[in-house]
Amino acid sequence: MELYFETAASLHSMLKNKKITAKELTEAVISRIDATENEIGAYLTVTKENALENAKKTDEKIAKGEEIGFLEGLPGGIKDNICTKGVKTTCASKILENFVPPYNATVVEKLLGVNYSLMGKLNMDEFAMGGSTENSAYKLTKNPWDKERVPGGSSGGAAASVAAGSAVWSLGSDTGGSIRQPASFCGVVGLKPTYGRVSRYGLVAYASSLDQIGPVTRDVTDAANIMNIIAGNDAMDSTSSKKAVPDYTKSLVKDVKGLKIGCPKEYFADGMDKEVENAVRAAIASYKDMGAEIVDISLPHTKYAISSYYLIAPAEAATNLQRYDGVSYGARVDGEDIVSLMTNTRTAKFGAEVKRRIMIGNYALSAGYYDAYYLKALKVRTLIQQDFTEAFKSVDVIMTPTAPTAAFKIGEMEDPLKLYLQDIYTVPINLAGVPGISVPCGFTQNNLPIGLQIIGRPLDEETIIRAAYAYEQENNWKDKRVGGEN
Amino acid sequence: MKVTEEDILHIAALSRLKIAKEEEKNYQEELDKIISYMDILEGVDTENVPPTTYALPMENVFREDEPKDSLDRELALSNAPEVEDGYFKVPRVLEES
Amino acid sequence: MRYEAVIGLEIHSELKTNTKIFCGCKTTFGAEQNTHVCPVCLGLPGVLPTVNKKVVEFAIKAGLATNCKINEYSKFDRKNYYYPDLPKNWQTSQYDLPIAEHGYVEILVDSEKKKIGLTRIHMEEDAGKLVHSGTNIKDSASSNVDYNRTGVPLIEIVSEPDMRSAAEARAYMEKIKAILEYIDVSNCRMEEGNLRADINVSLRPVGESKLGTRTEMKNINSFKALEDAINYEIERQTEVLEDGGEIIQETRTWDPAKGITLSMRSKEDAHDYRYMPEPDLPPIVTTKEEIENYRKNLPELPDARRARLEKEYGLSEYDASIITSSREMAEYFDGVIATGADAKQAANWIMGDLSKNLNADGVTVKDSPVDAKRLGEMILLIQKGTISGKIAKQVFSEMWKNPDSPEKIVKDKGLVQITDTKAIEGIVDEVIAKNQKAVDDYKNGNKKAIGALVGQVMKASKGKANPQAVNELLAKKLG
Repeated sequence: MELYFETAASLHSMLKNKKITAKELTEAVISRIDATENEIGAYLTVTKENALENAKKTDEKIAKGEEIGFLEGLPGGIKDNICTKGVKTTCASKILENFVPPYNATVVEKLLGVNYSLMGKLNMDEFAMGGSTENSAYKLTKNPWDKERVPGGSSGGAAASVAAGSAVWSLGSDTGGSIRQPASFCGVVGLKPTYGRVSRYGLVAYASSLDQIGPVTRDVTDAANIMNIIAGNDAMDSTSSKKAVPDYTKSLVKDVKGLKIGCPKEYFADGMDKEVENAVRAAIASYKDMGAEIVDISLPHTKYAISSYYLIAPAEAATNLQRYDGVSYGARVDGEDIVSLMTNTRTAKFGAEVKRRIMIGNYALSAGYYDAYYLKALKVRTLIQQDFTEAFKSVDVIMTPTAPTAAFKIGEMEDPLKLYLQDIYTVPINLAGVPGISVPCGFTQNNLPIGLQIIGRPLDEETIIRAAYAYEQENNWKDKRVGGEN
Repeated sequence: MKVTEEDILHIAALSRLKIAKEEEKNYQEELDKIISYMDILEGVDTENVPPTTYALPMENVFREDEPKDSLDRELALSNAPEVEDGYFKVPRVLEES
Repeated sequence: MRYEAVIGLEIHSELKTNTKIFCGCKTTFGAEQNTHVCPVCLGLPGVLPTVNKKVVEFAIKAGLATNCKINEYSKFDRKNYYYPDLPKNWQTSQYDLPIAEHGYVEILVDSEKKKIGLTRIHMEEDAGKLVHSGTNIKDSASSNVDYNRTGVPLIEIVSEPDMRSAAEARAYMEKIKAILEYIDVSNCRMEEGNLRADINVSLRPVGESKLGTRTEMKNINSFKALEDAINYEIERQTEVLEDGGEIIQETRTWDPAKGITLSMRSKEDAHDYRYMPEPDLPPIVTTKEEIENYRKNLPELPDARRARLEKEYGLSEYDASIITSSREMAEYFDGVIATGADAKQAANWIMGDLSKNLNADGVTVKDSPVDAKRLGEMILLIQKGTISGKIAKQVFSEMWKNPDSPEKIVKDKGLVQITDTKAIEGIVDEVIAKNQKAVDDYKNGNKKAIGALVGQVMKASKGKANPQAVNELLAKKLG
């Protein structure tokens, strides 16, 4: 296999065993970027110098016989809504076109603590609003498996880069499926941790009560290793959990005997894509073969999840995005007075979907509508959460498709509501705050990846990692690479 | 609830967004379609159901009253569209907040 | 028609913490512009707030000291509005579950006690400051923003519309200031904007219970401005109503130079703050035990202290309330009587010469050139008969300029009272000889005539003779 397609874990051992140098690997990834970026468009900023510098240091350490950390020398990408000090962070928005954060997100501080190698900042839907990365103000990102199709979103760049071989690993963010759905569309692993497991400090807020940062990787082992680095309480994030972080690599065992798997009937309703359904049902059957117990369950409030989510997230977004006003940072479009300066800036520099969600959010929060929409949505959120609490009394994990279909075509989802409805399998997980992982579980006839979503109890990433790992070991989907290389 | 063109203008003002005359109808129809979909929630019985504001139940997360370093002013101003004498500069503001 | 004024105050008080409410930047007043700022208070993309524990403690104390109920479950909310001194374009504040509610304080105006209700106390962040480059706002083409003050912790104390006059409003604000000083949660330096009030004023016909339309005046930061603005506004509204006009609900600014309020004619569209719970800050839960613990540890408050001064020292209610109206004054009083000085004398001196001198020099009691110890020592000299009350006035004036002890001043200036009868006798004889008419009057039964003679002796002794000794000596000599 080409170097740039290897998993982080195998590259890490190749470095340690001196089979390759970090320089070779970094150059391989850079030439892969040079070869694919024009077509794929995963990056908004490429930091070649930085990656090469890191490679040099890593090689020196190895030469001196020093230990290296898991991510040292392995070029990775970070979604462009995670603040990197001194490196432009735009959220794929014109309003932050030249914004260079004077501080690092906590996850970036943690990565720096283990000498990570930053390859660049990844494309996304503007402010993480979207499910196709078509809402980037800068460029389209294309699905490496079929360049006429979207990579999913909003972490489209994070998933496409890992699938295309232009990053060994990446970090994305997930508010309503933004890690899991692109992972599913691009045939990679995407983990959304429990709300509060990973610090949000430095993640540019879209919807504060739903956002989480998580890894996008080529296999479950890599995801577990990155979780070991990024998870944990942060004094800068008052909503981050104080519960101790386990060693997630201890969950990398192929053992699901007696594991109780819930299949919610609401997620396997009529009208779902047959190929997706077959692949997911086959995956669940494979668990049964491995000794797990399959239980039919119900999550009765599922059908209200989209409404609840698309009121809560835009409401939070409407206030979170109020700060972009052209006053103290970001783009400015002048006006005759301060009110018109703010209005002109926001009107000219926000994209259509961002404006749409700001409008929905302010509608839901405005006098007269608050109780009927925003407050109601928060109450329904409680019911959705209770569905999961109830279900987890009888099962250990819940399995569903990650998305109702495989990757759709660029431009196919013009109707915003139609696109919102695509999030039906992922948003309930954010509303409940529980962890979820998407692992590849097959391909359509058109050779498009399909994802299996595994949902766990709050702060129990270990069980979903174990379940995902067992499936991955039993099947060989993870070894399949873009372009047929295997 | 029906989203009217009047609603759109009010919400746009609250959002500090300008909607061109020719876009108004489009916006109104689109938002109305989306909000109408949300009306499905009306049918959910939420009596005695508390709202969920915080995804993870937590309380009393405090910081000690100990100073930390502030940013160097140059860095603090580094992303500003316009600067004057160590201040962020904006067109004159007349109204009080 | 006769009208009655209805006044309510929203007092904003900056809390005296080391750091801001949601970040570790310092709160020091007067720093160079934009040097006490960090990503959090600048509202940069991606930042999150963290609550300063001290702010919650201070707010709870303020609530208890004003007889409020402390909410066991309280939370922060976002109050959304756009303003360039507000980096996030929302103010993190509290909406439906403030830290404290339903309190009251007692005020004393014209010897009458009155309870003023408190609706609520909530915590919030202060905004930054706009600085205008020209000589006044209208001349300058631009405004400059300093975010040092952004995020300085505030409590907002909202009163019920229980006040009926400028004097009551002033007494209320003075009481709030005293309480905040006593519990040591705010510096209350009004000139630095530590303590400022938004005033709501409306009128209604006497006897009517429905409230009239109100106007609001924001950011009033002196007691004088508070009284003047209210009095002006009452007069203005009365005229409008008497002319058959209508009051417009609006915000007006107080122009202290012209002594008038002016309509702001704000273009701002109707406020819709779209309050929403702050998802980045978990709620604040305070148990009954914790609340009781705070209550137990509150220091003595102005009302209790006033009652104690009345009871322990026999001070009048008026004197006691003036002395306890500020923590500094009350502590000064304690310092004076700690020397052994008589409490009533101490009160008289504090409210008399000391206050006069402080006002004349524009200094606070804390910076008084005559500290409590020296005043006490001086009063002791009076008590011992070393100096007379009249000479003491001279001594006090000297002490104002001169850091020496009162004993030294009295000695250096030769102000010791003459109690030795022999030393006075000569003067007495001389005065008797020179004032035959008064002597005759006295002898003819007009006992009051002795007063004129005593006065003459005192004058001749340059005030140093002990008046009592003079009196006795004269009485003896005149038979």
